[in-house]
Amino acid sequence: MQTYQAPLRDMRFNLYELHGLDALTALPAFADLNADTIDSVLEEAAKIATEVLLPLNASGDIEGCVAENGVVRTPRGFREAYATFRDGGWASVAGDPDYGGQGLPESVNTLVQEMMCAGNLSFSLYPGLTYGAVKALAAHGSPELRDLYLPKMIEGIWSGTMCLTESHCGTDLGLLRTRAVPEEDGSYRLNGAKIFISAGEHDLTENIVHLVLARLPDAPAGIKGISLFLVPKFLPREDGTPGERNGVACTGIEHKMGLKASATCQIAFDDAKGWLVGAPHKGMQGMFTMMNEERLGVGIQGLGIASVAYQSAAAYAKDRLQGRSLAGARRPDLAADPIIVHPDVRRMLMTMRTSAEGCRAVGLWVSQAVDLSRHAETEAARTAAADFVALMTPVVKALFTDLGFEAASLGIQVYGGHGYIREHGVEQFARDARIAMLYEGTNGIQALDLVGRKMPAHMGRSLRYFFHPVSEFIEANRKDPGVGGMVEHLERAFGALQLATGQIAQSGLKDPEEAGAAATDYLRLLGLVAMGYMFVRSAKVAHAKVSDAGPDAGFYKAKLGSAQFFIDRILPQATALFLAIKSGKQSTMALEDAAF
Amino acid sequence: MKLLVPVKRVVDYNVKVRVKADGSGVETAGVKMSMNPFDEIAVEEAVRLKEKGAATEIVAVSIGVQQCQETLRTALAMGADRAVLVLTEESPEPLAVAKLLRALVDREQPGMVIMGKQAIDDDMNATGQMLAGLLGWAQGTFASKVELSDGVATVTREVDGGLETVALTLPAIITADLRLNEPRYASLPNIMKARKKPLETIAPGDLGVDVTPRLTTLRVAEPPVRQSGVKVGSVAELVAKLRAEAKVI
Ligand SMILES: Cc1cc2nc3c(=O)[nH]c(=O)nc-3n(C[C@H](O)[C@H](O)[C@H](O)COP(=O)(O)OP(=O)(O)OC[C@H]3O[C@@H](n4cnc5c(N)ncnc54)[C@H](O)[C@@H]3O)c2cc1C
Repeated sequence: MQTYQAPLRDMRFNLYELHGLDALTALPAFADLNADTIDSVLEEAAKIATEVLLPLNASGDIEGCVAENGVVRTPRGFREAYATFRDGGWASVAGDPDYGGQGLPESVNTLVQEMMCAGNLSFSLYPGLTYGAVKALAAHGSPELRDLYLPKMIEGIWSGTMCLTESHCGTDLGLLRTRAVPEEDGSYRLNGAKIFISAGEHDLTENIVHLVLARLPDAPAGIKGISLFLVPKFLPREDGTPGERNGVACTGIEHKMGLKASATCQIAFDDAKGWLVGAPHKGMQGMFTMMNEERLGVGIQGLGIASVAYQSAAAYAKDRLQGRSLAGARRPDLAADPIIVHPDVRRMLMTMRTSAEGCRAVGLWVSQAVDLSRHAETEAARTAAADFVALMTPVVKALFTDLGFEAASLGIQVYGGHGYIREHGVEQFARDARIAMLYEGTNGIQALDLVGRKMPAHMGRSLRYFFHPVSEFIEANRKDPGVGGMVEHLERAFGALQLATGQIAQSGLKDPEEAGAAATDYLRLLGLVAMGYMFVRSAKVAHAKVSDAGPDAGFYKAKLGSAQFFIDRILPQATALFLAIKSGKQSTMALEDAAF
Repeated sequence: MKLLVPVKRVVDYNVKVRVKADGSGVETAGVKMSMNPFDEIAVEEAVRLKEKGAATEIVAVSIGVQQCQETLRTALAMGADRAVLVLTEESPEPLAVAKLLRALVDREQPGMVIMGKQAIDDDMNATGQMLAGLLGWAQGTFASKVELSDGVATVTREVDGGLETVALTLPAIITADLRLNEPRYASLPNIMKARKKPLETIAPGDLGVDVTPRLTTLRVAEPPVRQSGVKVGSVAELVAKLRAEAKVI
C-alpha cells in the first residue's frame, strides 16, 4: 500500500539541528523567521501532501490524462486538488514577496516540495514547472513582462512550461529548429513543433505561459543562436485577463511508462505571438536559470520517491509473515515471523532509508546555500554560495534521482511478487521515479556537467567549497570519542574522491574522453562522500543528545543507526568507484562500433 | 457578535495511543499532538459565520500547557482573530474547564460559544453541556447544521434516532459534530499572519478558578487483546455454545 507520513522529525533535525537556522535568520531577508513558523508551515504542507495529494496518486496513475481535440483533461480530483494547493499559497512558498510570493527560504521550500513529490509526483510537475518559469522570467524578463505575468504565475492562476525539446533535438539543443520572426510591434511570431512538453496543456489553470527556445532569422548556427521567448496560450488583455487564443496548440500527449497524471504534450506553434526574454541569441542563459532551479527540484523528486517507497516497504515488512528469523523464531505465536526479521530485507530497508535521509541532508545543505546565494549581505558570500550550488546541482539532480529509482526498485523487492502487482501501488513508484533520471538533462549529461564544467570552473574554486569543509571536519573530529570511528571511514572515501579528482583533472585535460568515461562514476563517488559527510555530522549531533533526549532518544538512536549503516555498508562503494575510474577509458572504448 | 471557540491540544488522531509503562495514563511525550478534530470543526464553523457577516470577532481559547500556543496558532491560521491561553500544568477536568470558560465568557461577553462535542483523548462529551448549565444558556449539542437569524440559532442535532432541530435564543452554546462542515487547510499566508495575531496568556487564578483535580485515576490499561474465535459447524452448535460457554442465552 502507498504509505506516507511526512518525516517531519527528520526534517526538523536537518533544518534546526544539523544545518541550523542561524545562518538564515542572520540574513535580513529572514530576520523574522523562527522555528515555530516553519513548523506550522511544514505541518500544514504535510496535510496537503498526505490528505489531498496522496489519495490521488494511484487513481491518477490508472486514469492518466486524456487529450481530445487539443484539450487535455487531468485525472479526476486533480482540479480540486490544484485549487486547494493554489488557494493555500503553496504554489509560491519561496516566491518573491514583491509579486505576491511568500518569501520563505528555499530550504523550507525544499522540504515542502519533498512532501508534495512523495505524495504525488505527477501532480508536483504542474506547480514545479511554473516555479522554474517564474525564476527565469524574474531573472531575465523585461519589467513589462514581469509585471504582467509574474503575479499570476506566482499565485498559480497561470502555469508555466519550458519548451526545449524537439523530435530531433533533446540533449543537443544546438540542433533546434523552431523559428521566431520579429514583428513591427516589438513582439515575435513563432513557428515550430515541440515534443515532450510537461504541463504543455491541461485544465488546471486559466492560462499557460510557455517559455520557448527558438531561433531568430539572423541567428548564428548551433547553440549560440538560440533565444528565449514567452508565448502565452491566451494573449492577455490590457487588464491582464486572458483574451484571444494564441497560435499554440497541443497536438497530442505521450503514452508513457509512468508519471501518467502529468500531461507530456506535443505542442505546435503556428504563427504564435511571443515576446523575447533576455537578449537575442542569449536564450540558453535564461533557460539555464530555469534549468538549474528545475534540476535541484528534479533531485527532490528522487528524494520524495525514496521516502514514500521506504515507508511503504517498511510498513509491509512489519506486516508480511514469511519464514522464521535465522536467530530463532521471533513471533512463535504467529504462523511465521514478519519479514523485517530477515537480514536481506533489513539490507533493503536500510539502503532505502539511508538514501532518503542522506539525500535530505545533502539537499538541505545545498538549498541553504541557495538562500545564501540570494540573500547574503556581501557579494563575496553570495558568489561563494552560488559557486557551491552550481557545483552541487548536477550531483543533487543525478544522485538523488538514481537513488530514488533504486529505492523504488528495492521497494518492489521487499514486497516480493506482490510488489509487481499493481494493486499494492509500489510498482508505480518505480515507473514514476524513472523519468527523473532522464529529463532536465539526462543523468549522464549531469555527470558531464560536473566533470566538464563545474569541476574545472574558476580553476577548481567551486570544488574547494566542497572539499574544504569536509577536510576540516575530518581534521577536527578524527579523535572524537563519539564519531571518530566513522570519521576514519569518511576519510578513506574522501581520499578516494581526491585521488579520482586529481586523475580526472590530469587525464581529462589531455583527453576529454577520459573525463567522459569517468563522469558517471565520479558523480556517484562525490555524492556518496557528500552523504557520508552529512551522516557523520548528523551522528555527531545525535551522539551528543541521545543520552538525555528523553522521549526523543529513539529518534537519535535511529539516526546513529542510519549513519553507521551508511558508513559501514554503502560508503565503501567509494573505493570501488575510484578503482573503476582509475582504470581509465580504455576498456569502455575498446570495441569497434561494428561489434555492438 | 463575538464568538468564543475553545480548542484542545490532544494526541493526533493518526497516532496509535500507548499506555504508559506505569499505568498512570497514556504516553504523550514525543507524540505528535494536534488540535482536537471536533474543535477544528468548531473553528471552521466560526470562521464561516464570520465570512458570512454573522459574526464580527472570533476568540480562540485553549487551556493547558505552554505548547497549547501551537494549537491556538492553528486556530488563528484558520481565521480566528485573537487567542487566549489559560496556562496550567494540570490537565483540568471538564467541570474545571467549564468554570474557566464561564469566567472567560463573563470577561469576553460572546454571543455564542462554539466548541467540539467531545475531545478525542478521553471522549468525555461533557464540557459543552456543563458550560451551558453554569451559564444558564441554551445548548445545541452534536450540531450538524447551524443557521442564525434574528438572535436565534437553528441547530440541527445528530441524535440516535436521526436528526432533531432546535431553535436556541442567543446567547447559546453549540457543540460541533463531525458532519457540521469540513475544516479548511490553513493557507500559507494565513499561517504567516497568525504569528502576528495577539495571543494572551493568563493563569487559572486570574479567572478565580481552582483547577485542582477532583478525580483520582487509579489505573490506565490497554483493553484486553481480542481472543481469536472459532468457526462453528452449524446453527445448533452456535446456539449450544452461546448457552453453555458464553452463557448469554
Ligand atoms: C515525461 C517527459 C517529460 C519531459 N518534459 C520536458 C519538458 O517539459 N520540456 C522539455 O523541453 N523537454 C522535456 N522532456 C524531454 C527531456 O528533457 C529529454 O528527453 C532529455 O533531455 C533527453 O533528450 P532525448 O530524449 O532527445 O535523448 P538524447 O539526447 O537522444 O539522448 C539519448 C542518450 O544519449 C546520451 N547523450 C546524448 N548526448 C550526449 C553527449 N553529448 N554525451 C554523452 N551522452 C549523450 C543521453 O545521456 C542519453 O542517454 C521530457 C521528457 C519526458 C520523457
